Amino acid sequence: MTAITTTELAANRRDIRPGRIIVWSLLFIGGLIMITPLLYMFSTSLKTSAQVYDLRLVPAAPTLDNYIKVLGDGRFMQWFFNSTFIALTVTASNVFFDSLVGYTLAKFQFRGRYFIFLAILSTLMIPTEMLVIPWYLMSSQLGWLNSYWGIMFPGMMTAFGTFLMKQFFEGVPNDFLEAARVDGLNEFTIWWKIAMPMVVPAISALAIFTFLGNWTAFFWPLIVTTSKELYTLPVGISSFSAESSIQWELIMTGAAIGTIPTLLVFLLLQRYIVRGVMLAGLKG
Amino acid sequence: MPSANATSQTNPARFSDRLSIGTKRVIWAWTFLTLPILFYAGIRFYPTFQAFWLSLTNWDLLRPAQFIGLANYQKMFADPIFWKVFNNTFLYLIIGTPVSLVTSFVIAFYLDRVRFMHSFIRALYFLPFLTTAAAMGWVWRWFYQPVPIGVINGFLSTIGIAQQPFLRSVDQALISVLVPAIWAGLGFQVIIFMAGLRAIPGTFYEAARIDGLGEWAILRKITIPLLKPTTVFLVVFSSIGFLRIFDQVYNMTTNDPGGPLNSTKPLVLMIYQTAFSSYQMGYAAAQTVVLFTILLVVSLLQLYVLREKK
Repeated sequence: MTAITTTELAANRRDIRPGRIIVWSLLFIGGLIMITPLLYMFSTSLKTSAQVYDLRLVPAAPTLDNYIKVLGDGRFMQWFFNSTFIALTVTASNVFFDSLVGYTLAKFQFRGRYFIFLAILSTLMIPTEMLVIPWYLMSSQLGWLNSYWGIMFPGMMTAFGTFLMKQFFEGVPNDFLEAARVDGLNEFTIWWKIAMPMVVPAISALAIFTFLGNWTAFFWPLIVTTSKELYTLPVGISSFSAESSIQWELIMTGAAIGTIPTLLVFLLLQRYIVRGVMLAGLKG
Repeated sequence: MPSANATSQTNPARFSDRLSIGTKRVIWAWTFLTLPILFYAGIRFYPTFQAFWLSLTNWDLLRPAQFIGLANYQKMFADPIFWKVFNNTFLYLIIGTPVSLVTSFVIAFYLDRVRFMHSFIRALYFLPFLTTAAAMGWVWRWFYQPVPIGVINGFLSTIGIAQQPFLRSVDQALISVLVPAIWAGLGFQVIIFMAGLRAIPGTFYEAARIDGLGEWAILRKITIPLLKPTTVFLVVFSSIGFLRIFDQVYNMTTNDPGGPLNSTKPLVLMIYQTAFSSYQMGYAAAQTVVLFTILLVVSLLQLYVLREKK
């Protein structure tokens, strides 16, 4: 019996080998097709305007002139700064508040706790698109149009982040927190110094998601900004079309500059990002 | 003076001493929640009710809002453009969700077994997820150009296929916008599916092999049923994403957003134009209420259907 199964297994393995090579090749080719738009974007950003019509992927004479030209235009640097500042600030705010609320809902006993949790969770059902008109009204009354705060305020806390952090704080053993309480630490210090370090994977997932989401955000920044100085990078890149004739090599350079930061973040943090996506997907 | 000083110092101490540990913790909890409660009340709940209210007014930024009952809704349901847009929105959903889910499942299923250069190949599929639609809208528009410039038409002409109009054609534009949207979201779905596949205990597969089940039977009887929570999550997540599609459409049809002839226009783009191009805020609010209702119905329906099939 065992002999038969082992021979069968061996036969299977021999059958599967060429199959595996085919599967691997197909996956690899599929992957290359996936990044073709990115490859063309980078390749064209290294070409001169005369070479744009030459569709070969490797530029004949690669040049960084387009990057010098695009970055030399002060507006582009301004948009880059705006996007970075906004994404970092909103991320910091989410890491702080979503964790604080998630922790409070997970580890404190008080009347109304479940009601607060349901109320926050229910906001997940409300699409942003429904809120932008009231937000716009609010921003114009309070003078928030065309300001960093105007772009940032809707995302300073999120129900998704709160829910994610609550799930993780529930896994933190109470003994640690009680020990800290006996040592006379106040509740804020217990949260910040004891509980937070125990959920670092969740914090990094939340931070990565919030940063990416805000770096690529388009709809609300498009609505709330009308002056070019306050555009975020996506809104700025999108506004290229308003300019006269289309210079594809410069546009591809702009697109490449808008893409490079997230790709760099990914290359540096690939393992954490993939783990974060998995965590968020499973818990959320 | 010294006595007043002494009481002001001792009073808070005495006051806090009198509180039980439980009460103190409740005070801490509400302190932590103060700002967040104000935030959710002022920036989530109040605007939600305001959107419902505005949908019943004729507010247009110039005059103060006046109550006009259901007139906005009557106008919308009588508007052929609304029904065109409604139709487009559901086309994005019913093509986009199955295509992206089946594709990402197949990729995840095989990628999960690949050991050689696993994380490199995974990265290839995931990278498009990290891009912004504003940048990629340009790349794809360039791809779709006619011959001397366009990459896809250039490729088609070398293999002898006729030129395609893509974004310029009423029939092809919607698909041409949908492809980049699927492309951008695929990597995320692959990763989530792989996480789901990893979560299935290996003992199930071993037992099935001992029972002599073939690959196909294992897939049908074990993998797909046990993957259901992941699938439900992705179906809902991706359906909501396609129903709310905006960035890709806006960025690929910038000169005539939603064109040609409204053939690519989804509901969110109609809302954007009604509100921020023609400033009919009340009418736009009514459209957002319709969007809200559609999203609510679709998510409840899917959760219900997928739960029943146990």
